[in-house]
Amino acid sequence: MIEGGLFAPFTEFEFMRRALAGCLALALGATPVGVFLMLRRMSLMGDAMAHAILPGAALGYLAFGLSLGAMTIGGIIAGLVVALGAGLVARSSILKEDASLAAFYLLSIATGVMIVSLRGRNLDLLHVLFGSVLALDDASLLLISAISTVTLFALAALYRPLVLECFDAAFLRGVSATSPLAHYGFLVLVVLNLVSGFHALGTLMAVGIMILPAAAARLWVKRLPAMLGLAIAIAFISGVGGLLASFHADVPAGPAIILVAGVIYVLSLALAPGGMIGARLDRRPHLES
Amino acid sequence: MGHRMTQPLAVLQLDNLTLGYDRHPAVHHLSCSIAPGALVAVVGPNGAGKSTLFKALTGELAPLQGSFRMHTAPGGIAYLPQQSELDRSFPVSVFDMVSMGLWREIGPFRGLSRSQAERVRAALAAVGLSGFETRQIGTLSGGQLQRARFARMMLQDASLLLLDEPFNAIDARTIEDLIALVLDWHAEGRTILAVLHDLELVRRHFPECLLLARESLGFGPTTDVLTPERLATARRLASEFDEAAAVCHRPEAEAA
Repeated sequence: MIEGGLFAPFTEFEFMRRALAGCLALALGATPVGVFLMLRRMSLMGDAMAHAILPGAALGYLAFGLSLGAMTIGGIIAGLVVALGAGLVARSSILKEDASLAAFYLLSIATGVMIVSLRGRNLDLLHVLFGSVLALDDASLLLISAISTVTLFALAALYRPLVLECFDAAFLRGVSATSPLAHYGFLVLVVLNLVSGFHALGTLMAVGIMILPAAAARLWVKRLPAMLGLAIAIAFISGVGGLLASFHADVPAGPAIILVAGVIYVLSLALAPGGMIGARLDRRPHLES
Repeated sequence: MGHRMTQPLAVLQLDNLTLGYDRHPAVHHLSCSIAPGALVAVVGPNGAGKSTLFKALTGELAPLQGSFRMHTAPGGIAYLPQQSELDRSFPVSVFDMVSMGLWREIGPFRGLSRSQAERVRAALAAVGLSGFETRQIGTLSGGQLQRARFARMMLQDASLLLLDEPFNAIDARTIEDLIALVLDWHAEGRTILAVLHDLELVRRHFPECLLLARESLGFGPTTDVLTPERLATARRLASEFDEAAAVCHRPEAEAA
């Protein structure tokens, strides 16, 4: 009975299997990038960039309709422009980075919604805002998997410079010329994975599968490799849980996935060693000095 | 100054160097030459341009005018920025952090060989951090973190070392240990420039001194440079800032 509820949806329905594959790919690609986003204190920056993808994807949609290629390329271009632009604004004006990012993403989402409504039906708008994880076609699935593959290889290659860039950028600049490569390479990965998440979860929630599992994992473990592994596991479990909830309770899949991740995050926040109550539950006596 | 034919006369040659932000100079027409193996304290009030000078030497800031030349051995330069530039909340162990001093050997991809790992442990032992290998850097005290940064610098094996306020907010015992390391490096023939505020410390350990207050107020033997008159001038000069300063027309020849 329970087994049936857990496995039957996936064995019986192809769209569920596709959604599951999409979630696995997202967990493997987007979530590790999310861990670094969080550790670089760029969580909100990721959110702003996710919104920034919208006008680009919307322009692609305006020109070619619901075409995967056009929306992907539009999204990637818009994301890269904002990723580079936001840093530029913060450096060359008196606005702090948070203000310039807030301005960016408010404008982006307004522009994006406006463009989609110019041509589209409300259904298309919903698709763009909330994704369509239950309707992934071959092309979308290939795109998401390809981005995750590229991400894993790129993270493996950039791992050491990226870690140094995060916690001691001045040292990295002193010993090596890879600092800009680590910084901008990472931003490109963020944009790619946001576009990937955009197809499955929509522009509003793409960041969710990056940041929520990362934040939950951070509360449990201290070492970075363990954190990456745990975050991936949490992201995948959220994917499975969200899909099952969506199937059985007939609720939208994208928000369900993010909500499951959110529940895991809230539980971690309460119980984990780094959380709010967890640290106080440790009643063991202190050690010899 | 001993002029040897085989070695360049100076590890570092500053030639009429002017550095600054938004055209306002933070270092103004600085010329001096640092001999190989010199141990130099860079002294001056806040805002005197000491950190700016180091930023320029490490290539982070382009000169507004003038130039500098560096003649360093293959080890190149190692730069210890002020402590605040390191994110201590990042999850990385002391061993991993210190082993990055071997970057020149291992680069972005290669792992540590057994002998390299041994050298990392030796460096940790040399700074008194044996047994801290697996600790996260976030759990270290300020002094312990500074010891770890010294261990990392030791592994960089550089011929020119730039230390920016290495003893800020560090207790006396730790300063004593770290100064001993600096003196060891000096004995090994490395050239060392250190920004310091503790004049007592400078007088005791640093044979040479560069007194900065945007302009150079003296470079040479410490006892000649750190006179009460010059220090008073330094304090006065560094605090002046003229928003509407006129364009500086000082000719190159006069400044040199």
